[in-house]
Amino acid sequence: MLENLSERLSRIAKTIRGEARLTEANIQEALREVRMALLEADVALPVVKAFIERVREAALGAEVVGSLTPGQALVGVVHRELTALMGGEDAALDLAVTPPAVVLLAGLQGSGKTTTAAKLAKMLAAERQKKPLLVSCDVYRPAAIEQLRTLAGQIGVDFFPSAIGQKPMAIALAALDHAKKHYHDVLLVDTAGRLAIDATMMQEIAGLHAALKPVETLFIVDSMQGQDSVKVAKAFGDALPLTGIVLTKLDGDARGGAALSVRQVTGKPIKFAGVSEKPDGLELFHPERMASRILGMGDVLSLVEEARKTVDLDEAKKFAEKLKKGKGFNLEDFKQQIGQMRKMGGISSMIDKLPAQFAQAAQSSQMDEKQLRRVEGIIDSMTPAERMRPEILKASRKRRIAAGAGVPVQEVNRLLNQFEQMQEMMKRIQKGGLAKMMRGMKGFMPGTR
Amino acid sequence: MLELSSKIARAELSWATRLRSGLGKTRSRLSGLFSDRSVDPALFEEIETALLASDAGAEATRFLLAALHERASQGATAGQLKTALQAILVELLAPLEQTLDLSGKKPCVVMLAGVNGSGKTTSIGKLARYFQDQGRSVLLAAGDTFRAAAREQLAAWGEENAVAVVAQSGGDPGAVLFDAIVAARSRGIDLVLADTAGRLPTQLHLMEEIGRIKRVIAKAEPGAPHEVWLVLDANTGQNALKQVEAFDDALGLTGLILTKLDGTAKGGIVCAIALARSQRPLPLRFVGVGEGIADLRPFAADAFVSALLD
Ligand SMILES: Nc1nc2c(ncn2[C@@H]2O[C@H](COP(=O)(O)OP(=O)(O)O)[C@@H](O)[C@H]2O)c(=O)[nH]1
Ligand SMILES: Nc1nc2c(ncn2[C@@H]2O[C@H](COP(=O)(O)OP(=O)(O)O)[C@@H](O)[C@H]2O)c(=O)[nH]1
Ligand SMILES: [Mg+2]
Ligand SMILES: [Mg+2]
Repeated sequence: MLENLSERLSRIAKTIRGEARLTEANIQEALREVRMALLEADVALPVVKAFIERVREAALGAEVVGSLTPGQALVGVVHRELTALMGGEDAALDLAVTPPAVVLLAGLQGSGKTTTAAKLAKMLAAERQKKPLLVSCDVYRPAAIEQLRTLAGQIGVDFFPSAIGQKPMAIALAALDHAKKHYHDVLLVDTAGRLAIDATMMQEIAGLHAALKPVETLFIVDSMQGQDSVKVAKAFGDALPLTGIVLTKLDGDARGGAALSVRQVTGKPIKFAGVSEKPDGLELFHPERMASRILGMGDVLSLVEEARKTVDLDEAKKFAEKLKKGKGFNLEDFKQQIGQMRKMGGISSMIDKLPAQFAQAAQSSQMDEKQLRRVEGIIDSMTPAERMRPEILKASRKRRIAAGAGVPVQEVNRLLNQFEQMQEMMKRIQKGGLAKMMRGMKGFMPGTR
Repeated sequence: MLELSSKIARAELSWATRLRSGLGKTRSRLSGLFSDRSVDPALFEEIETALLASDAGAEATRFLLAALHERASQGATAGQLKTALQAILVELLAPLEQTLDLSGKKPCVVMLAGVNGSGKTTSIGKLARYFQDQGRSVLLAAGDTFRAAAREQLAAWGEENAVAVVAQSGGDPGAVLFDAIVAARSRGIDLVLADTAGRLPTQLHLMEEIGRIKRVIAKAEPGAPHEVWLVLDANTGQNALKQVEAFDDALGLTGLILTKLDGTAKGGIVCAIALARSQRPLPLRFVGVGEGIADLRPFAADAFVSALLD
């Protein structure tokens, strides 16, 4: 439904093309599109306005070099500026103090503080050989302390017990004392979620900060957050000397414009990205990918990386071997490909990572998860022989299969047609690599009309 | 549970005050706009800014502005435009305000779903209070078997409400909910509130799972779940539209709950949802206005709009 910037700009790129250079007049429309795209990505309006001015200046000064069209040059400027604004500073956690280094986590309710505390502890233990201690000062949300205790147990990191009858300050100081006595390198302090307008609660956390003197004070932000991110970030930034930001739930499909808003308002670096609910779902933040994501330009990089991670490489190799040997691509393989697609987070997450022009084609071909499942159901209803040699499928067999899968016969026929197309394509891309294969697959995915 | 109670006290401010203080920024922006001025392009730009800043989204903002332009072309004053904007917003949101009728089903099963951290479990705690106040007996079902201590969290709400909580250690969410419904039936309980684990629309296996959970519920009690509500965080931006779509596809939603309206987020996303779903309006059943047990209100379109504009 939301049109992404690549689409918008490719439309405009056409308008601008043919003109010798970028002028105030001919980038006006393009900048309006950039503005709308950023708003749809949830970048907050004041931040959008400032950004547009920045791009305007950069664009008007920029040379349109070589074979680039002015439109492409403008896209480049937008992407470059966005990347620059979100990155730049060193993102690693600064733990260079006399131990224990205290890390304080703060943010709105449900933003992911407790989960992130556990993820950081795990990362510090595994990658930097630290001995972390986890403590919860959340005496408000029911079972918040229990949640952190459970997570600490799961990752095998020390946990300092606290209870809801206690004062957060007392808990924090006791934990700090414990960490000192037991030679913990890092004390990670989880706190309750709080609203920026809740003066009492903001004072509470400012007090915790004053007492703990944390070397890192991290602001935890949900990547689905909308326009209000500026106000919240400003309030937290005013109440606490933040040192960095963690952007959570990036495994979702939000464009994540809040990243830019919060980065701009606080002036602090985005250090990590939360990418799953599990304790190992924390990554370093990649500004360039985030820029692409906000702009909807297709996070091709992470798509390739994910494909590498999730697709069973052995399976893929076996498959490639098979193709090379010239053995046919059969329906069993077809089904496996569907399984692989699913493992990669499914169609819709893949589409989101593809550049606009592909994503559109994919979207308009209306392949969705339900259809995928139906296709799997159809193949499941076939005998092994039928899967290996689909050419034996005649009317009566098709009727049986359709009945078994609970679909009309036409759907079986449609699947077989698509399968044939896919076989064709497989022949064509036999020599291609995995990435190429995937790209090819997409256009011919089952369920497409 | 002392802490929880003190929290309730902290949340004693009236709904209108809370909502208004929460929506303060939009309000001051919008209300300031219309006084003593002429109807000019600058006015419309400022209205646009205010609507966008409330997360209403580009499309709903365009829609509202177009409607407003039409009134202006008929020679309205700035003051009249304000009334007009209010009327247009109420008209847009009115279909979301529908009377909830859970009578005639026993046990009635209400299932909550949504992304991680949106406020499902807390809303269940508040709904238990709300329905008990209406004289219904309630049972809570701990269908989130994934998140650390989700069960303990729901158990605390059960204790606070003095209602039974059905849970299993670990295990399969469908099985827990099945057991809960069987238990409710044998105990003659009116209402089962089913919690589920948070999930993102991109996690297709989890979106499938929740469809399966729903089918298990139907096996436990024909016709159940009678209500399936998506819990949305008012802080959410345009992604809320995708959430509505994805959860509706997976579950067939019958309503929404909008939480955390006590913050500075204005919940303008509701306008975008209302517009996107104008053919098949999804009722906004309740709004959450705090972390306390009593911080839940049935949605009222004109109260919501006047809090937004007033
Ligand atoms: N998918 C996903 N879920 C997350 C991520 N970070 C946190 N969550 C989930 O979001 C919900 C709220 O997280 P929690 O840590 O309890 O938030 P807190 O209230 O800020 O402490 C939980 O269901 C978490 O599992 C993330 O990066 N990805
Ligand atoms: N301020 C405020 N916080 C809320 C509201 N509803 C839920 N929360 C908080 O949001 C966080 C996540 O809520 P929870 O019920 O655990 O979310 P779930 O993961 O969807 O079950 C908790 O800290 C809740 O106290 C609300 O209406 N207002
Ligand atoms: Mg927490
Ligand atoms: Mg929950």
